[in-house]
Amino acid sequence: MIKKDNIIFKNLYGRDDPFLKSAMKRGDWKDTKKILKKTPQDIISIIKESGLRGRGGAGFSTGMKWDFMPKSRDKQHYLVINADEGEPGTCKDRDIIRNEPHKLIEGCLIAGYAIGATKCYIYIRGEFLNEATILQKAIDEAYNSNLLGKKIKGSNFDFDLYLHYGSGAYVCGEETALIESLEGKKGQPRLKPPFPASVGLYGMPTTVNNVETIAVVPTIVRRGHEWFSKLGRKNNTGSKIFCISGNVNTPCNVEEELGVPLKYLIQKYAGDVVGGWDNLQAVIPGGSSVPLLPKNLCEDVLMDFDSLKDAGSALGTAGVIVINKNTNITKVILRLSEFYKHESCGQCTPCREGTGWLMRMMDRIYKNGATAQELDLLQEVTKQIEGHTICALGDAAAWPIQGLLKHFRNDLLKKPKKVDKVA
Amino acid sequence: MSQTSFKKIAEEKIQPKDFSFDRDNMLLAKKILKIYPKNFKESSIMPLLSIAQNQNNGWLPKKAIEYVSDFLEIPEIKVLEIATFYSMYNLSPVGKFHVEVCTTSPCMLRGSDEILSFCEKKLAIQEGGISKDKMFSLSRVECLGACVNAPIIKINKNYYEDLDLNSTDKLINNLLNDKKIKIGSQSGRKGSEPRKSSYDKKR
Repeated sequence: MIKKDNIIFKNLYGRDDPFLKSAMKRGDWKDTKKILKKTPQDIISIIKESGLRGRGGAGFSTGMKWDFMPKSRDKQHYLVINADEGEPGTCKDRDIIRNEPHKLIEGCLIAGYAIGATKCYIYIRGEFLNEATILQKAIDEAYNSNLLGKKIKGSNFDFDLYLHYGSGAYVCGEETALIESLEGKKGQPRLKPPFPASVGLYGMPTTVNNVETIAVVPTIVRRGHEWFSKLGRKNNTGSKIFCISGNVNTPCNVEEELGVPLKYLIQKYAGDVVGGWDNLQAVIPGGSSVPLLPKNLCEDVLMDFDSLKDAGSALGTAGVIVINKNTNITKVILRLSEFYKHESCGQCTPCREGTGWLMRMMDRIYKNGATAQELDLLQEVTKQIEGHTICALGDAAAWPIQGLLKHFRNDLLKKPKKVDKVA
Repeated sequence: MSQTSFKKIAEEKIQPKDFSFDRDNMLLAKKILKIYPKNFKESSIMPLLSIAQNQNNGWLPKKAIEYVSDFLEIPEIKVLEIATFYSMYNLSPVGKFHVEVCTTSPCMLRGSDEILSFCEKKLAIQEGGISKDKMFSLSRVECLGACVNAPIIKINKNYYEDLDLNSTDKLINNLLNDKKIKIGSQSGRKGSEPRKSSYDKKR
């Protein structure tokens, strides 16, 4: 569906060298001087009109987020990039960091300029050591070419970019937890308001953006908002990297326009479901935190924020996890419950205790099957967690199970025939 | 579910008597201090703990936690809190090769359970354990964030992707024999491109 010319991440698979010289050949850092001559407000307007929505999961308008930043420059403003990618099913930022680092760095510069931030931290997950080494080398290159640092390309704008390594906490992907972690504390989310735009990192105005969001900014600014908003669908503009994993023949990352049909995505790029399309059981369309879609809904659903919301799920990070009929779906969701229990930060009681309950109940149901009463109880527990916690991790733990109960209730009531060993 | 096995503070008798940064790490530590505002020294706790862990063969002894707190002049409890909260800090010894097998759903769908039990058998250690010769330790971890290249094993700082039982066997043999191993995909594809891997078609 996407035309070759419209692809933003030309080096997504790393067939080409990631560093400055090759990146410039691919069009990065073109007209940086000219871009820095626009006013910050102009850049914010371009992003607003392009319709770019955050690629980290929530899908909030990026231009609006930037516009929330105070316009006065009497305080230090910060830009923080969320590269703490750890949502099961999602691995797009890793490819951007290791194969297109200059898109990210240039995006940081432009975003920083737009929101008046002269300092930027990229919070990268600690496991991505090799990727971070590449990114650091790219940052050094940019410093040496006056693309970062003082008085960039003859403008009056100074901009510093630092890497900060996370250390293995999924919850730090939540923006306020990420800020806490950057400040050297446990990654426990803050109550909002105040929002980071007024009180963020070190108490200063801060914008936190996802890697992919920032990495598409330079191309939008260069090619114009009309170009970007023509891609995709209304209110769901642009292209997006989809990660297709699970029971497919050729799992892969691929950039496509938003609004691409799920079936097309799986069949065209991922080599179809293992055992053929009819062997499909369900798809988790947006990373582990969203409810699953059973096969009948997968037939014609479109992959964008609004269509998936209407279908009772969400686009999230666009990590498409495909589950075929040879798989015990209860076990897949059980694993996710284990994940959320492990990653709960322990701050809010409903999540700290509830994720454990969910995991133990799911484990029991996986091993012994369930009675209708038990399933009602499970549903009740998810409802007690959902919406009763500071951050969305509680919701994220509840939704996969709610999806399972909604679409596979009858299967759960049957006694399991054979149980694989749980490692 | 015992992903916390390396998170227990090691017994007194294996705790080293002393810890301090070597010359290179001292320089690195001073460089790190500079990237955060002067009055927010806490920001350096995480990077400094990582350096300390690297210097001490992949785990953090009590003395290192003490040292970092002295180095930054902040209360020890603040450092300990970080060391216990984040899952990448190991508080007890790990092997020379710390093998971490991802088993979250996308990896599970592609056979990570078999990979994990294969590793247990091959290395003759249980998940959460360390071999007698201290060469290998094995851990089950949550999502490593390379799901389209599942199943994945992380050994020390490198990812090994697109694994099956054969390539896992080869991987471990090469480690044992000190042979060079290819980082990344073991099926010959580049990054996350759409291409058939050697993945077992029966599934």
